[in-house]
Amino acid sequence: MEKEPASKVELAPGVGGGGEIPTFDITLKVRRYNPEISDEAHWDEWKLTMYGTDRVLDALHRVKWEHDGSVSFRRSCAHGVCGSDAMRINGRNRLACKTLLKDLDTSKPILVEPIKGLPVEKDLIVDMEPFFQSYREIMPFLVSKGHSPTKERLQSSEERERYDDTTKCILCAACTSSCPVFWTDGQYFGPAAIVNAHRFIFDSRDDAGDMRLEILNDKEGVWRCRTTFNCTEACPRGIQVTKAISEVKQAILTRKV
Amino acid sequence: MQVHKYDVVIVGAGGAGMRAAIESGQRAHTAVLTKLYPTRSHTGAAQGGMCAALANVEEDNWEWHTFDTVKGGDYLVDQDAAEVMAKEAIEAVLDLEKMGLPFNRTPEGRIDQRRFGGHTRDHGKAPVRRSCYAADRTGHMILQTLYQNCVKHNVEFYNEYYVLDLLMVDQEVTVDGETRLEKRVAGVVSYDLASGELHIFQAKSIVIASGGVGKVYKTTSNAHTLTGDGMGIAFRRGIPLEDMEFFQFHPTGLAGLGILLSEAARGEGAILRNSEGERFMERYAPTIKDLAPRDIVARSMANEVREGRGAGPNKDYVLLDLTHLEPAHIDAKLPDITEFARTYLGVEPYTEPVPVFPTAHYAMGGIPTNISAEVLADNDTVVPGLYAAGEVACVSVHGSNRLGTNSLLDINVFGKRAGIAAAAYALTADFVEIPENPTVETEELLNRARSSEGGERVALIRKELQDIMDANVQVFRTEETLLEALSVIESLEERYTRITVQDKGKRFNLDLLEAVELGFLLDMAKVMTAAALHRQESRGGHFREDFPERDDENFMTHSMAYRDPSATRTSGVRLETKPVIFTRYQPMERKY
Repeated sequence: MEKEPASKVELAPGVGGGGEIPTFDITLKVRRYNPEISDEAHWDEWKLTMYGTDRVLDALHRVKWEHDGSVSFRRSCAHGVCGSDAMRINGRNRLACKTLLKDLDTSKPILVEPIKGLPVEKDLIVDMEPFFQSYREIMPFLVSKGHSPTKERLQSSEERERYDDTTKCILCAACTSSCPVFWTDGQYFGPAAIVNAHRFIFDSRDDAGDMRLEILNDKEGVWRCRTTFNCTEACPRGIQVTKAISEVKQAILTRKV
Repeated sequence: MQVHKYDVVIVGAGGAGMRAAIESGQRAHTAVLTKLYPTRSHTGAAQGGMCAALANVEEDNWEWHTFDTVKGGDYLVDQDAAEVMAKEAIEAVLDLEKMGLPFNRTPEGRIDQRRFGGHTRDHGKAPVRRSCYAADRTGHMILQTLYQNCVKHNVEFYNEYYVLDLLMVDQEVTVDGETRLEKRVAGVVSYDLASGELHIFQAKSIVIASGGVGKVYKTTSNAHTLTGDGMGIAFRRGIPLEDMEFFQFHPTGLAGLGILLSEAARGEGAILRNSEGERFMERYAPTIKDLAPRDIVARSMANEVREGRGAGPNKDYVLLDLTHLEPAHIDAKLPDITEFARTYLGVEPYTEPVPVFPTAHYAMGGIPTNISAEVLADNDTVVPGLYAAGEVACVSVHGSNRLGTNSLLDINVFGKRAGIAAAAYALTADFVEIPENPTVETEELLNRARSSEGGERVALIRKELQDIMDANVQVFRTEETLLEALSVIESLEERYTRITVQDKGKRFNLDLLEAVELGFLLDMAKVMTAAALHRQESRGGHFREDFPERDDENFMTHSMAYRDPSATRTSGVRLETKPVIFTRYQPMERKY
């Protein structure tokens, strides 16, 4: 365990950062679509002066709040835990609230589009229902047979570690909507649903692993995965998505978890 | 306009709403209305844990937990409610484990527990390991687990449905030959974001579980969507709001951004230092130091900065030091918050202290309820069929300052109670008839916002509101700052009548909804400020520099704020009081 820390320490100069936070100019291009106005999508662009710690979400807010209130996108927590603001930023799926502008190439326009493979409703808002439908189909809940104990079920730290990575999912759809198979085949369960199946299949407390493996052995299940790793790159939570999918494939073949 | 009929309607799909839905959905025809998708709610941002006296790692019991909660709330806690919460905490944690929540485990495979601010062994003798947790993403795990169980039980969700009005009617009831009018709830009016259409939901029971109001402040850990809608609709329909002057500032928000860094960091051994490298909490709380309750730590930090010992180029923050902890320990117990420091400030917590400053975090006050989660129309009259739970409610288990982890506990204990009670009531009661023209007020509200061409911008008014609340109604308050805030809020309200909403469409018109949300924020800021003005003492999270002592003789009471246009001196908010419920603890001086 930790030692009791010192009552007083010498701090290094400039500790905790310091100095002026620089500002810089960006061009933000947003893919616009509103079927109330037109069936055609188009690009709008704005030139903005932003600050060092600003994120893409701050730039979108700047546009919405100061220039054009009709620019539409979802967001809530603004620090990468609620999963509302997955979008394509310069061609990559990311959360707008976790993508710092200074980490992008600001010498070129920053392109923001809706995630792919789900029907666009308006601007950056897509219909999430097909995504949640796949999620619900893999039985995303603990199923345990027999009597439940008076106190908690026991689970060793090793057993808990086995599915830790896939408990981090925030259902933002960045992985599923980065998958080329999903783009062409909307019936495919997609990475996020498989990640959430993995979370239960490898939980020592769960008794429905076989049923979930059967569901994912379907022709629209794990075998559609072409191991392109797009999903792993896209995950804002750092989940090893492709690895999780491989483990599910392996479990189907061996029927062992 | 569509009309839907349910036994129970739950407003909000965070922890409290979904915990209620799991109970209600198995007993009665239930719908959940949420302005977001279910797993987007801010319960998911909670980090450190949920306290329960499981005694898995050291001696503990629920009576100690009750005492800590009462003392933490500076004796303004209703002690019957605190007892219920601490006692039922144990079952609440076990319920979640059985639903599948992946808690961290002890070497024996039991649910692991860790220290948290204000939670102590034997009435304050030393910190105790009471918080059950899943790394520093306990709220995320609770939100996911509850949603998973809603899916399991086929709970019906209406996603992106904003509830904008509560349909209240006065009904004649005769008791002992005497006839009088009683408030009854008939349903809610809801706005479907996708289509822009209004929907009526008629229900026998309504559970309000719509969360907090942190966006009245600029620097806040709260989500953009926490705009006090649930408190607002109740207040506008004559329901009082209790203890709204008490707002919690969490000590460790990332400096300048307000993003939360869990108290679990200090629970795991991190400490606060000022610009001189001094562990200043040793001076303010000699016994439990950095693990003192949040109001004390936040005030101490603000005081260090005021007295010139702030760090950084502008000397406007202090430092959270984890550098003496093992990196492997940090990775195992605090992975998310250390990533926040890296992502948003570019600071490496293994080797550098992290700039932090208090961030607006939690409303202790809210819609008054009793321990069955029934809403009160005054000090003791229940509104039959109307329930509230979670941050939107005031039971009151948090009094004037909530202890860390007790919010995740509150939503689970009182969410469950609300769900059970709402379903039980619905199974015996009849529908209340929907009043004539039920949507007329909501339509007026929306049309006014949509058609006004005054040119005032919603975002600018909101920013000015947040600026004045940060400057004048934060950790330190005086009559002068509060009066100034009230007058600024009044002028902002006037400008609010002249806003222009640019988006004129029906589909996904978030521009319009932001305007509506600003209306709730203005109402709630006014209530919070008026209540703060009324309380001429310092207690818990409310510190009046002009009245720096706790004054039990005059203010050992809850405040009850009513909407009352005739109360012109306090911007149309009338303040009354409500007695605190005592069971076993008499007020003592609060020292740590």
